[in-house]
This record gives sequence, C-alpha cells and structure tokens, in this order.
Amino acid sequence: MIDLAHVQKTFGSNTVLRDVSLTIPKGTSMVIIGGSGTGKSVLLKCILGLVTPDAGVISLDGQDVTTADRDAFLARFGMLFQGAALFDSLPVWQNVAFRLLRGSLQRPRAEAREIAIEKLRRVGLKPDVADRLPAELSGGMQKRVGLARAIAAEPEIIFFDEPTTGLDPIMAGVINDLIREIVTEMGATAMTITHDMSSVRAIADNVAMLHDGVIQWTGPVAQMDHSGDPYVDQFISGRATGPIEAVR
Amino acid sequence: MSALAPIGAIGRGTLAAMSSVGRVTLFALSALAHMIRPPFYPRELAVALLNIGWLSLPVVGLTAIFTGAALALQIYSGGARFNAEAVVPQIVAIGMVRELGPVLVGLMIAARVTSSIAAEIATMKVTEQIDALVTLSTHPMKYLVAPRVLAALLVVPLLVGIGDIIGIFGGYAVATGSLGFNAAAYLKNTVDFLEPLDVISSLVKGCAFGGIAALMGCYFGMQSGRGAQGVGRATKGSVEAAAVLILAANFLLTGAFFSL
Ligand SMILES: Nc1ncnc2c1ncn2[C@@H]1O[C@H](COP(=O)(O)OP(=O)(O)O)[C@@H](O)[C@H]1O
Ligand SMILES: [Mg+2]
Repeated sequence: MIDLAHVQKTFGSNTVLRDVSLTIPKGTSMVIIGGSGTGKSVLLKCILGLVTPDAGVISLDGQDVTTADRDAFLARFGMLFQGAALFDSLPVWQNVAFRLLRGSLQRPRAEAREIAIEKLRRVGLKPDVADRLPAELSGGMQKRVGLARAIAAEPEIIFFDEPTTGLDPIMAGVINDLIREIVTEMGATAMTITHDMSSVRAIADNVAMLHDGVIQWTGPVAQMDHSGDPYVDQFISGRATGPIEAVR
Repeated sequence: MSALAPIGAIGRGTLAAMSSVGRVTLFALSALAHMIRPPFYPRELAVALLNIGWLSLPVVGLTAIFTGAALALQIYSGGARFNAEAVVPQIVAIGMVRELGPVLVGLMIAARVTSSIAAEIATMKVTEQIDALVTLSTHPMKYLVAPRVLAALLVVPLLVGIGDIIGIFGGYAVATGSLGFNAAAYLKNTVDFLEPLDVISSLVKGCAFGGIAALMGCYFGMQSGRGAQGVGRATKGSVEAAAVLILAANFLLTGAFFSL
C-alpha cells in the first residue's frame, strides 16, 4: 500500500503540489487524471524520491520512504517515464534488460536478452528492434520500449507516466490490456497517469483527479461518471467551459 | 541604491564562489568514494578509457608536435641573440616535459573530453535518463561519474607522457632538419639533461589535470538546468572551469615541485 499524506512541493515560486493526500491499496490500479502541468509527473517522482517533497509523509506498506533502505525500495519499483528516458548509448534490448545485466538481479547475457525480446513482444514490438538504437525508433516505439523496461524485472509496483500518449488507437488498446493484465495476473500495484479517457476506463480500479495542487476527487472508476464533481465532469467530457480554466 | 551596494555585491560574489568551491569539493570526494566501493562497472570504464585515452591521441599528438617544433625555432632565434643557439635540445626538453606537455594536453582534454562528458551527462539529465538510472537501482555517481574520472586519472598521465615525447621529437625534427643540429648529439643532450623529477612532475600534472577535466565535465553535466539551453550552459561552464582550474593547478604544482 502506498500512502501519501499532505505532500507539498514548490519549485521556486511555482507551487505545484499544495496538499496531496492519497492511498493506493496493494494490488490495485490507480489512475491519476488532471490537466497538463498540474504536477502529476512530479507526484510520481516524489514517491520514487527523485524529487524531494517540501512537506508531507509518503509511506510504502506503513514505512516512511525517506527512512527505508533505498536499494531495497527501488528494487520493488518499475517506472515508465513520460519521455521514455531510454539510454541512447545502449541498444534497445540492453535498455529493456538494464536491470538484468547488472546488480543484484544480474543474469547471464543470453538469458537477459531472451527476457528483453519477450518483453518487447508483449508491448507489440518485433524482435528485430532489439538491436537498434533508441534514436532510430519513433516516439511511440520508444514509449513501448520504456514500458518493456519498466516491466522487465517484474516489479511489484509500477508507475506509468502517460503510457498511451503518441500511440495509435490499436496499440493503445494493446498497452491498456497489458497494464490491466499486469495488475490482475501478477498482482502488481499500478499507478498510471493518462489523459486518455478510454485508457482510464480500461485500466483503472480507482481514479484520482489532481487539480490546483490537491486531489480534487478520488473514487472507484464506476463512480467517476456520477461523481457530482464539476471538475471531474468537465475533464471527462472535455468541455472548454467550466471550473477548470482553459488558459493555465 | 546605497553607497554600500558594491560591498554587498562583492560579499555575495565571494559567498557564491565559496559555496561552489564547497559543492565541487563535495562532489569530488563523493566521486572518489564511489570509485573505491562496489559495484563497479568495468564496461563503462573500458568505454571511458577508449574515449578519453585512445581517441584523444591524434589531437594530443598534433598539438605536441607543432608546439615542440615551434619551440625549437623560438629558442634557436632567441638564443642567437646571446650566442646560445646550442641550448635548443635542453630547453625544448624542459619546456615540453615540465610545462607545455602537461598544460597543452590538459587544455586539449578540457576541450575534447570535458565538453563531451558535460554535454552527454547534461542531455541525460534533461531527458530524465539520470532519473531512469536511479529507478533502475543504479547510482549515477557510480555508473556515470566514477568510471569517467577514474579513466581520466589513469590515462591522461599516459597521454602527457606521449605528448612530451612527440613534442621533443617535433623539436628534434626541426633542429636536425633545418637548424643544422647533429641528430645523435641532440638526443644525447636531451636524455642527459632531463632529470627524473622533470618527468615525475609531468606525469603528476597529467593525473591532476585529467582528474580536473573529467570531474568538471561530470559536475556541470549533473548540475545542468532544463532544456537545450541548460545543456549549452553546462557545456560552456564545464570547459571554462576545467581550463581555468588546470592553469591554476599547473601554477601550484610547478611551485610545489620546483621551488623547493
Ligand atoms: N525539476 C523541475 N524544476 C522546476 N520546475 C519543475 C520541475 N519539474 C516539474 N516542474 C514544474 O512543475 C509543474 C508540473 O509539472 P509536471 O508534473 O510535469 O506536470 P504534468 O501534470 O503535466 O505531468 C510544471 O509547471 C513544471 O514546470
Ligand atoms: Mg507529466
């Protein structure tokens, strides 16, 4: 279980997270929605310790993440970055198998490569991309390689930052199914950021909407359509008029 | 604006300079600590040795040979003013080994290696690759910084040694080719004149300058701001800092070795 209590983060004079409290039960899929620039990515980075919150407590299974053993903590996580963040000096398969080629999870190279190719297949990429460099791939392909890398070591907790942005609808469907499968079959805990409402419905157990530095609404996905919250209504219907300003 | 404003500005400048010195020192200590504690990344070290050492050879060789050749011409024509043309081999040897070899190789490494390390690491920072490394349980100081700094510490002294030899050869070529020096006598004079301390100081300088060059590249890369502009600033800052620090360190090391 991941628990955030009163998390705050300010960059210079830009207050991004004012007071975020949220609970993600173990083995469930939480989807974060919210306008671009509202701090969704920053929120995930706070949990991972890539960004240090100014205030608030983040705990994993009841233990404060700032006091936890960093290596053991990170070993449980996988993360897909918004921009894929592939290592451009390494070929695709070495990106996917990064964790399996070094450190405590190290495997023989041939075996790591096998696993990488299998993970690439799961995100809809053919084995022949394995030896290409990330710079030779399209944005959507890079995103899927990033996804394969995030799931390669079969982590317990996986964060997906806009997994279907830049993908065609069919490939987006493949990725949605994959994320759902990871949660239901492998029992992983997932936290996904997306703007794509069909993704939300396909992936989510619970939904949280981040707006103006706070969790504006959170609840099971089935209640999203009857939340009675004007912010959520405007967001899911995609109206330009409403409480959320179109110019931010 | 009060009359004290300039004093305030000086104070702020001094404090800022001191805090960067502190940050760089902490960064250097941390790099050293990561260098001696596992896990180690031999593949990264091998790539760094190749990039910093082997691939720098052409530029080091060309710099040294032209410098040595020009030095021989200068000393010959300068020496002629007081009938001391014969000192060409000795002065070329001293000049190259003690001073020009290490400094020019150091500056070339700052231009070639510092800039590329800074740009590469800054780009990785800007595109979240450093964050990705962390989430893949890999420490950026260990994986990116330690191998590059270690490689520079090992290989730049070698480059300096090679630069010294090539520089002396450049002087030799000019002196025997167009200034009428006897080849065997030139080499004998060079070898007899150089003392072990000259050579040791050259290699120690190489080690120090290599360390400075790689550390500055890594430090500015890791501190990079956001966007393409951040990468540009990091690269420029790293080369400036490395060049100035190499020249300052050269002065201090020369003092330490030869004013005893
Ligand atoms: N490292 C950083 N330094 C300064 N500002 C940042 C940093 N990371 C994010 N921000 C700012 O935080 C805000 C939220 O960013 P982000 O979390 O990426 O938004 P999104 O909800 O679209 O993912 C933006 O205004 C962004 O400029
Ligand atoms: Mg984002």
